[in-house]
Amino acid sequence: MVPLSWYLILSAALFAIGAVGVFVKNNIISTLLCLELMLNAANLAFVAFSIFQGTIEGQLFVILVMAVAAAEAGVGLAIVIALFRNRETLDVDESSLLKL
Amino acid sequence: MPPFEQLLEWSVKIAVGFIILMTMVAYLSLIERRLLAFIQMRYGPNRVGPFGLFQPIADGLKFIFKEDLIPLDADKFLYVMAPALSLVPALMTFTLIPVGGEVTLPLLDRPIALHITSINVGILAVLAMTGMGVHGIVLAGYASNNKYSLLGGLRSSAQLVSYELAMSLSIIGVLIQAGSLDLVTIVERQGGGWGLGWHVFWFQPLGFFVFLVSMIAETNRAPFDLPEAESELVAGFHTEYSSMKFAMFFIAEYANMVTAAAMATTLFLGGWQGPGVTRWPWLGPVYFLLKVAFFLFLYVWLRASSPRLRYDQLMDFGWKFLLPLALVNVVLSATLALWF
Amino acid sequence: MTFQQLLFIGFAALVLGGGIAVVLLRNPLYGAFALITSFVGLSALYVMMGAQFIGAAQIVVYAGAIMMLFVFVIMLLNVRADEERPPRHRFLVWLAAPLALLLSAGLWLAVAGVQGDRAPSGEAGTVERVGKNLMTRYLLPFELTSVLILLAVVGALHLAKREKE
Repeated sequence: MVPLSWYLILSAALFAIGAVGVFVKNNIISTLLCLELMLNAANLAFVAFSIFQGTIEGQLFVILVMAVAAAEAGVGLAIVIALFRNRETLDVDESSLLKL
Repeated sequence: MPPFEQLLEWSVKIAVGFIILMTMVAYLSLIERRLLAFIQMRYGPNRVGPFGLFQPIADGLKFIFKEDLIPLDADKFLYVMAPALSLVPALMTFTLIPVGGEVTLPLLDRPIALHITSINVGILAVLAMTGMGVHGIVLAGYASNNKYSLLGGLRSSAQLVSYELAMSLSIIGVLIQAGSLDLVTIVERQGGGWGLGWHVFWFQPLGFFVFLVSMIAETNRAPFDLPEAESELVAGFHTEYSSMKFAMFFIAEYANMVTAAAMATTLFLGGWQGPGVTRWPWLGPVYFLLKVAFFLFLYVWLRASSPRLRYDQLMDFGWKFLLPLALVNVVLSATLALWF
Repeated sequence: MTFQQLLFIGFAALVLGGGIAVVLLRNPLYGAFALITSFVGLSALYVMMGAQFIGAAQIVVYAGAIMMLFVFVIMLLNVRADEERPPRHRFLVWLAAPLALLLSAGLWLAVAGVQGDRAPSGEAGTVERVGKNLMTRYLLPFELTSVLILLAVVGALHLAKREKE
């Protein structure tokens, strides 16, 4: 049997990788991808706790997180398209000004 | 049951299912060409073997001996990955579809169920696999580095996402009625009543219509074959592909057709249910094949007789007509489920 | 080492490898597909734990819908590869790795001692169980998510709409 701590360690490692990605990547789409990675790390911990505690709430929370992730991706990518239309770049460093 | 025996059973079932699916795909291409020819009042391929029956073998050999081209500017890794990504999910889906009830084989002492596996989340898993198949097409469009391919891939992704929504929603009515996501249970619930228990008659006709239309769109077939519209996009996402890589896309498309037909049969036409199937369980696969053949005929018939939609018409139809219709069906099914 | 633990290690390698590839690869499309690989591994882990519904939803929602959206946008904008980061920000890359290790170690310490008191069973996350709870006791959050999605749809439409001159 796989112990709970294995799942949690995997979740921690995945979260750290996602966090590094958010810091390191300068392409806004890649940043969003890394954000998804962090959300999934949290999901893994939720499901693992839910299963090993014998409760259902963790899994329900994961469903809500998925809905939020879908909303986030939709709005985020709409912003990306608007950004690209205005500035012709996806580099987050180039888009640090509020006005053109 | 000892694990070894279980593994053996799975392997045999998978092998048999794979062979049958491949044969169906091969002969579907022949039947399609012959039927199209019949409808258009010409002969079609009839030279290789009696009635052209060996044509698929000749086609297969031809594919193998063609030169395998990779465009110079293509993204090599993704270009090679794309056909595999599109073929594998198409084949995987069939593991969940029950083609018959339980039958007894001569040498075995226990009944064998005629489905490879049955899981709690059956339909969701099927939707997941068909959803993964889209990536192969999109990837092919991007990796070819060709404007026609890119446009085909873009169209394909938009179309498949739009129609997947309507398709998933049209299934919800069936789920409400059957009370299960497991495909085996769904088929068993549709038995009895001389076929009136089939979901297509017993208050899911609207869902059936939405599913039928969106399933044709999901498999990229006429009149929704925008991703490979030859009059404007050469051949769409597989313009640059040749030889076995093209054959893999071809097989994936036809396997998807068979899968979609099998799904429609399972969900709405009672699967393997039919008269006398409780006494002679081997009739189950026969009924199942007949029903699947009906849908496959419909595919070819539609291709022969309907013009291709324009792109904006396609999107309008999906979002403004099918999706609301599917939502209405969900509400109707839920309301009716309260009474019956 | 049991068979299940071997499976776990295999899928965990898939998840972590996909995750690392997302960070390392410069082409966002490659990143997106690395992420899909990672999601497939996660889904397998959920199914292993017995959370079948979440496992299927993971593929349908994440690998199918959300990643499709990403791939669509990447193709629409025809992004080929990231540009090099300007020199004034390059030190951030070197700062990130130690910070990540620190974060990882901190999280590790926090969770390494946790013990679960139930063994996972195949019935833990069936559709029936998830559905019943979601539709009765936790109906309000569920309904609120639908409002959120509606807001997101309207917002995304407004943001991505081409303004008329």
